Amino acid sequence: MTRNVAIVGTGHSKFGNRHDVNMPELAWEAIKQAIDEAGIEQKDVEFVSFSNVGGWSSEGLASVVSLEYAGLTGAGLYRVEAACSSGSAAIKAAHDAIASGEADIAMAIGLEKMNESPTPTVIEFIGRAGNFFWEFQNFGLTFPGYYALYATAYMAKHGATEEDLCKVAVKNHYYASLNPKAHFPIPITVEKCMKSRYIAWPLKLYDCSPITDGAAAVVLASEEVAKKLTDSPVWIESIGVSSGTSNLSRRDDFLHLEAGTLAADRAYKKAGLSRDDIVKHVDVAEVHDCFTIAEILAYEDLGFAKRGEGYKLIRDQETYKGGKIPVNLSGGLKAKGHPLGATGISMAVDLSRQLQGRVEKERQADIKVGRALAHNIGGTGHYAYVTLYSLSKPRR
Amino acid sequence: MSMEYSVPIYWRNRVNYYKLIGGRCKKCGRVFFPPQSRCPYCSSDNVEPVSLPRIGRLLSYTVSYNPPEGYKLQTPLIIGLIDLGETRIIAQLTDVSLEEISEGIEVEAVVRKIREDRTAGLIHYGYKFRPVISH
Ligand SMILES: [Zn+2]
Repeated sequence: MTRNVAIVGTGHSKFGNRHDVNMPELAWEAIKQAIDEAGIEQKDVEFVSFSNVGGWSSEGLASVVSLEYAGLTGAGLYRVEAACSSGSAAIKAAHDAIASGEADIAMAIGLEKMNESPTPTVIEFIGRAGNFFWEFQNFGLTFPGYYALYATAYMAKHGATEEDLCKVAVKNHYYASLNPKAHFPIPITVEKCMKSRYIAWPLKLYDCSPITDGAAAVVLASEEVAKKLTDSPVWIESIGVSSGTSNLSRRDDFLHLEAGTLAADRAYKKAGLSRDDIVKHVDVAEVHDCFTIAEILAYEDLGFAKRGEGYKLIRDQETYKGGKIPVNLSGGLKAKGHPLGATGISMAVDLSRQLQGRVEKERQADIKVGRALAHNIGGTGHYAYVTLYSLSKPRR
Repeated sequence: MSMEYSVPIYWRNRVNYYKLIGGRCKKCGRVFFPPQSRCPYCSSDNVEPVSLPRIGRLLSYTVSYNPPEGYKLQTPLIIGLIDLGETRIIAQLTDVSLEEISEGIEVEAVVRKIREDRTAGLIHYGYKFRPVISH
């Protein structure tokens, strides 16, 4: 048995340096909005998949603490981990619980409070998102370093420049400035980005996503229940998942993320779509821009651009609102912020609201076909999730 | 929260750190790095250690201005992805200025100090790569 699953409620905390709240209070900001939007009570939630990478936070079992605080204790619960794509993994887990008939109402909740540890500890911990023993401990390669290897190879092969990378940052900061939930709602210029200090050449400070606290939540329901709760459900049309080698030295090349490419093809196949003309079938996308180079690789891995031409999309401003395919109108990981466990769910929240035409006017995409795409990568292509959200009910 | 791994773990792996040892699968013939007891390509457990070529070609690199604890004194840290023909390896580059580096240069393995342990004060040695000097 497989059933249709819809998002019927969304919640999103303010992202930022949230020393003003503890972990369950931060989660509650998102949970409350989501259950209020869905028009349900806590007791209606049968199952929760909770996304939290943890390690740097005060609470070891943040999921249990947050459920108790939110009055959700008793619901089926587990925590999921897929590094930076944990949020998308949590959505898949909650989706599967409903699709299989196990539950009628489930939630995916993402929470990360990264500012509870000193920055060097966080950097060191994130650096382990790869092959710790052989590529971190042995050489001092950090997480920005992993993506920098991709940036160097990509620039050398295709002629992209550091200015092109900065243009991604400029776009995403611009949209963050229109999003009140964003960590850094401040526009920047190419010059400011180019003058920022190198973190891992060729990546500079403004090429990197920040260390952010935040929470996001969605309420999912079966078709039957969704119809009773809302007139405007957002359907989860398909989810494509893949993974990559822990050792970067075992990757075929440093010009694309194979896991992201495979996840996209799997999601497209389930929805009866093709990468060749995918831009015609998607109104708006959120892609994994943990570093600016990652957004350019995503353009190509998703089929928005041909191989080697992704940087031209940003050069020609085709990923702005009104362009060929608007990308990261929320501000992206880059400027909205990247609280690891919350990120994939934040994408789902913003895309649902985009599809329903209820985000801030200046960053609202034109919704023509009624489909949105979320691309969420864990590590450096170690995990990959591509999820299609649609206003039309999927055919089964 | 201590992020160090213990001295015994380092000690057990010292051969791999000092010499460039990978694995070769006796079933499918492929060479791989890092060494492991199963072939990453065909899953056979019929594998043997193999000395890797000590000269390779630089495929990509980064210059890290923000390295982890234990590497701070070496900042900026240059890290490369190196093609050894049968396999690839990620390693630090040494004895090289930023101006001398570009994709495609020939590099060779040498043994150097890698880092200093934060707690035990142990100095870790291991392989790094430097440009091959003239032909
Ligand atoms: Zn084999």
